[in-house]
Formats: sequence, C-alpha cells, structure tokens
Amino acid sequence: MAEYKKEIDQVTGVETTGHEWDGLKELNHPLPKWWLYMFYASIVWSVIYWVLMPSWPLVNGYTKGLLDYSQRAVVTAEFNAAEAERAETGKMLLEASLEEIRDTPELLEFAMAQGKVAFGDNCAPCHGAGATGFEGYPNLQDDSWIWGGDLDTLATTISYGVRAEHDDTRYAEMPAFGRDEMLEKDEIIQVANYVGSVAGLPTRQGVDLEAGKVVYEENCAACHMEDAKGSTETGSPNLTAPTYLYGKSVEDIIAQVDAPRHGVMPAWIDRLGETTVKSLAVYVHSLGGGQ
Amino acid sequence: MSSQVEPIDKEEDDAWFASAAKIYPMEVKGRFRKIKWAILFVTLGIYYFTPFLRWDRGPLLPDQAVLIDFERKRGYFFFLEIWPQEVYYLTGLLIIASVALFLMNAIAGRLWCGYLCPQTVWTDLFLRVESLIEGDRRKRIALDKQPWSAEKILKKGTKHFLWLMIAWWTGGAWVLYFADAPTLVHDLATGQAALSAYVWIGILTFTTYSLAGHMREQICVYMCPWPRIQAALTDEHALNVTYRYDRGEPRGHLKESLKREEEGLPAGDCIDCNQCLYACPTGVDIRKGAQLDCIQCGLCIDACDSIMDKVGKPTGLIAYDTDLNIERREKGETPVYRLIRPRTVLYTLIIAMIAGVMLYMQLNRSMTGLSVVHDRNPLYVQQSDGSFRNGYSLRLLNKHNNEQSFTLSVEGMPAGTTFEVVGIHRNDEAITNKTQLSLSVDADTTRSVRALVFSPTGVDLPNSRAMSFKLVDTETGETTVIHDFFRAPGE
Repeated sequence: MAEYKKEIDQVTGVETTGHEWDGLKELNHPLPKWWLYMFYASIVWSVIYWVLMPSWPLVNGYTKGLLDYSQRAVVTAEFNAAEAERAETGKMLLEASLEEIRDTPELLEFAMAQGKVAFGDNCAPCHGAGATGFEGYPNLQDDSWIWGGDLDTLATTISYGVRAEHDDTRYAEMPAFGRDEMLEKDEIIQVANYVGSVAGLPTRQGVDLEAGKVVYEENCAACHMEDAKGSTETGSPNLTAPTYLYGKSVEDIIAQVDAPRHGVMPAWIDRLGETTVKSLAVYVHSLGGGQ
Repeated sequence: MSSQVEPIDKEEDDAWFASAAKIYPMEVKGRFRKIKWAILFVTLGIYYFTPFLRWDRGPLLPDQAVLIDFERKRGYFFFLEIWPQEVYYLTGLLIIASVALFLMNAIAGRLWCGYLCPQTVWTDLFLRVESLIEGDRRKRIALDKQPWSAEKILKKGTKHFLWLMIAWWTGGAWVLYFADAPTLVHDLATGQAALSAYVWIGILTFTTYSLAGHMREQICVYMCPWPRIQAALTDEHALNVTYRYDRGEPRGHLKESLKREEEGLPAGDCIDCNQCLYACPTGVDIRKGAQLDCIQCGLCIDACDSIMDKVGKPTGLIAYDTDLNIERREKGETPVYRLIRPRTVLYTLIIAMIAGVMLYMQLNRSMTGLSVVHDRNPLYVQQSDGSFRNGYSLRLLNKHNNEQSFTLSVEGMPAGTTFEVVGIHRNDEAITNKTQLSLSVDADTTRSVRALVFSPTGVDLPNSRAMSFKLVDTETGETTVIHDFFRAPGE
C-alpha cells in the first residue's frame, strides 16, 4: 500500500481504484461511511458474540460461550413459567368435577382453550384436527361412542387408553371368526349380510338372511346385543350407527368378522397429567357428541 | 480519448457520495418565528402533559383521559372507548389525517413540514438549545473549527447532555400513554416498571436524540416520503414560500444596486445578503425556486423582511405566493389568490363527511354485540339418528359497566331444531322452545361460548341453509342479528 498513488480519471475527474480491464478503469465510489461503520460494528459484534454465546461447532460438540446460553434451557424455563402461571387455574380444574368445570364459565373457557391445544398436539394425528377421525380412528364429533361419551367415561378413556400398555386400560377383542375357523365361510357371508340389512345397507342377492340372524344371535349378540346397538360397557360398537370404524359395506363387515382389526389408543394420564386430561375430556365432550 | 465523449458519471454526481455538509441555521426574529414558537409550545405541551389528564369513567375503568391499554385491550380518548373490535374506527382518523395533509398542501404547500411535523418541531427545539449554549451561526461555525479545548468540551458536553435529557423526556412521555401515568412515573423512578417501558424509553431517547440532534434536515430530504407525494399533489394556485424574482432581480449588493439605480439601470430589491440562506434549516437557497429540500417553514421570510426593513424597502420579497402571480406581476396584471378551488372544497367536504360518519357511529355505538364463526372442520356432523349438527364459536360483547343478561336464539331453522350452548342449562325443562336460551356476560368484557345447532330428523336440508343468531339484551332490548349458515350434505 505504501506505493499507492492516487490516480484521477481525466474524463470524469473521479479517482480510480487502479483496477483496469482492457483499458477500462474502475472509478472509485467508496461505500457510504455509515455503511462502512455498520460493517465494522458488526464484525466487532460477531467477535463478542463468539465469546459470549454458543457459536463454533467442534468435533464433539460446540463452544459453549461465557454466558452459558442454551435454547433448550430457555424453552424449559419458559415452559415452567407458563406452568406456574397456569397453576392456580389448573388447581381449580384439578379440584372441580368435570360437570362443575362445564358449568362454570371461567373454568370452561380455560379448559376449552387448554383442551383445544392439547388435542391439536396429542390427539389430532389420529383423530384429525377436526376430531372427525379416519378409517380405524374413531370420529369424536358424532354421538356414537364405543366406550361411552359422558364426561367421566371420556376422561377414563383418555387417561388409560384402549388396549394400551396400562393396567387400567380398556380392553376388548372381537374373536377372529374366520381366521380361527369358528365360523364357516358361508356363515360369515350370511351374518355379514344380516348385519348389513340391520344397518340399512344393500345386501347380496340370494343370501339367507334368516340363517345370518341365527348366526348373529349365537355368536354376536352377546356383545353387540340383540338389537345390534352394541354396548359401551364391553366396548362393542353400535352396528346400526351411520359410520363404521373400519368401513360400512358388506365387504368391510365380512373382512372384520373374518379377522378383525383392533386399534390401540395410548394411555395419556402419565404423559399429560390429570389437569390436561380433564381439559381434554371437557373439550371433546363440548365438540357436540358428548352425552 | 476523444473529448467528444460525454461522461455519464459527472463530477457533480459525487454529491451523492459525499457526506452531507453541516448546516448552521441562523436565529431569526419575526412573524413566522413567533408562529413556530407558539405551535412548538402548544404541540409539545400536549405531547408531554396529556398523559396526566384525568377523566372519570366510574370505578371499574381507568381514569386516564388518553390511554392505550394493551393489557386489557382498550383504547380510551376522553369520552371515547375503543374496543379491539372497533379498531376500524381509527381508519376514519387516518383518512381525515391524510386528507387534512392534502388540504394543507392545496392551501399553502408544506404547512405540515414547516410547522407541525414532529421532526420539525423537535429539531427546532434542539437547534434552540444548541444556539443557547454555543451561540448563533457564526459562533457555532467558529466553535466547530476550533481545536478541542476545555471550553469547547464544556459547551459540546452541555449541549449533548441537554439534548439527551429532552430526548429522554420524549421517550418517557411516550410510554405514559400506555399505562396509568402517575403510577408508571413512580414505578419508573423506583425501578419497578416493566422492562418494555425502559426499552421503549431507550429506543425513543435514541431516535429523538439522533433524528432531532444529528440527522435533522437529512430526514426530510432523504428519508421522508411526503415531499415526493406532495410534489405530485400540488397545483399552480397553492401558496408556497416564494422568492419574488420579479422584484428581486437583478440582485446585487446594496451599494451596487444603489449605483445602478442612479445610473438608471434596472436594479432588484435583493441585496444578495444571503440571510435567507443562513436562516434556512435545510440549507436551501430559496431564490432558486421551489425545491424538494425546502420544508417551507417561512424562516427565510422573517430573515428577508428584517433586512428589507433595515434597508428601507418594502417587506415581502420572499413571501407565501405562487409562481403564477409572479408571472402576472411581470405582465402588469394583478395577482390572484384562489384559496377556494375545487380541490380545497373537495378535501374539506371529504373531511366533513368522514368526521360526520365517525360522529354518527360514535353516537350510535352499540353497547352489546355478537360475532359468529362456523366450524370449518367439520362443516357438519351426522348424528346416529340421521339428523345433522353444526357447531359455531360465538363471542358475546358487553360494553356496559355492569353484568348484562341476554337472550340468545337461532332463527330461520325448520321446526324441531334444537339449540344448545355448552355449559348453559335451560332453567325449566318444560320450556318447549328449544331454539332460545338465556345467558349473561360480565361487565365490560366478552364471553366466548360454543354453540351447537341440531336439525330435526327426517327434514330435507339443502347443502347450505341461511339462518341467523339473534342476541337480545334483556334490559335495553338492544338486538344484534348475525347471519350464518347451517350446512348439510344435501344438494
């Protein structure tokens, strides 16, 4: 730089940078001072940042920085702070019965808000954001319930799940009548068509529905009841309901009688805690299908 | 190279790359200076002291006359109370504000820039502080050229300290609009106020100090969009601070022009004393005509008038005038001033109309309200008996200062429809009208509820049936009807 000599372009009278390409010289229009100072300031800032904050990746980890800052620690602290903030209302939820929560506007509003968020985080992946379910995952909006739809029953189902790994879980399993050779193929077709006729579905021509009824009464009525309306006590679905968990057609019924599928719902009580489970029960109940 | 080449990069373009030359505006006395002082005292007085005005609104509500309460989501302005649902009301204020700018511009150019703009007002205040401590223009120039000395450090230090104090008060006054002022002042002083209050005071201290103390006219010239907009809005009849070159030219120093007069040569009134240039806070030469940098504060008029008085010539060589009138005077015609023109009338009418609408809306402000959002997912649910259910989120508003009871009903649904609100029981099971129920909302608040509407079984429903929710205040009878739809899978 010691040999740097200022060169003025003769045509414009502006200083050049000394760079030349094919006889064309670059005029020197330096960046504005404020810009340059900001640039220097950000370099200084970055050095300070490196020292204070976690920044440089190393082979087994990273430089921790003097401030010992960690985003995970911040999230945990914020989470705890939010928990503490909610503790008072949460305590009220914990002490109140589910009916009291529903009938007290402040508690209801809190439980609905908490329930909505908890539903979106934990339940929506299977039951859908609108709680309308999918094939194999029950619709929580309608008024047909496998295990019952009153507040306490909902809370129990959410707490312990269905066929889950919890001692108090709800458990029911329909026998595999076809796979385990409990019924003949013809009998399965007959009973499936009989159930279809009860559910208002078009049945196959030439199938003996009377025979199907006999098969039903001997094999199915114990759980699904004589009127096919099922029982929430044994978790036996209502076969006259507008929607079926695994599809509503005679073929779907045949498949289910042959080798039933059984979904699993996890037990949530240990993961979410009683307050959130209560909020979820109130929220799901308030969707409209609650009993 | 041939000399015929026309450089596209001319030397004068370098002005854009050079740092701005510091301007040392001279203190002036006169009519417009007095007007500016008066406006400065009134506007800053309003700004600094309004938060301390009280306005009784009863025991439940805050008694601060002007308060924006973010925590409780209310805006208070004397007798007005604005809810978040009514923020559209502010649109009216913004429209009035912008049309008022247009009107000012149509009457006398940049009245806003020259007299009312906070940038101008605070810069004026900061300049006054500067000249009180460092002296007037010449002394300030001399001081800046001096090498650093104890005196210079003292003067500069005092100035920056005072500037920072003013800037700090400016930031301090700002946060008082967002919380109860006396309480907040106490909390700020004892270190108990919210961190955000201190941060905002810091931000506004910094912006006031740098904008009014250091950047000054650069804000107007380089940053503000209004000069560009107003240039497009102006017309030939708008009054502007104008150098009457018909009277001033040819300019010359006093002795020269006296000599020229004696010789019978034309001599203008401008004695080229440059006082208008020295007085200018943005450093323009008004004699070059209307220009972007000129904020039209009128200080060059005062500077020129005092000189004209001294040399015994009529004042008004620089005055609020139009180029049109200068041309008319040159032709020997009388000048015309047309303040009442289609555009000024139109702007006034728009302002009056919007103010009228706002006043009407405020006088007829509803004290209760209802908003309805239909469930999106799912749109409808089929019940096991074949009927359909629709869900809605309702929000009931009660702006009264006491708990209010309401009757909420569903209208336009087929007979046999049932209406329920989660958590609300019908007191009497014998009530046969299942499309109506009663509920109450606490004082000065809203209540959100989930409403469910069940269609009767065996009724053919279209894909979308128009229906409505009706909220009736049982005391005042004030009624809100919100139209919505009942959805079903039908055609």
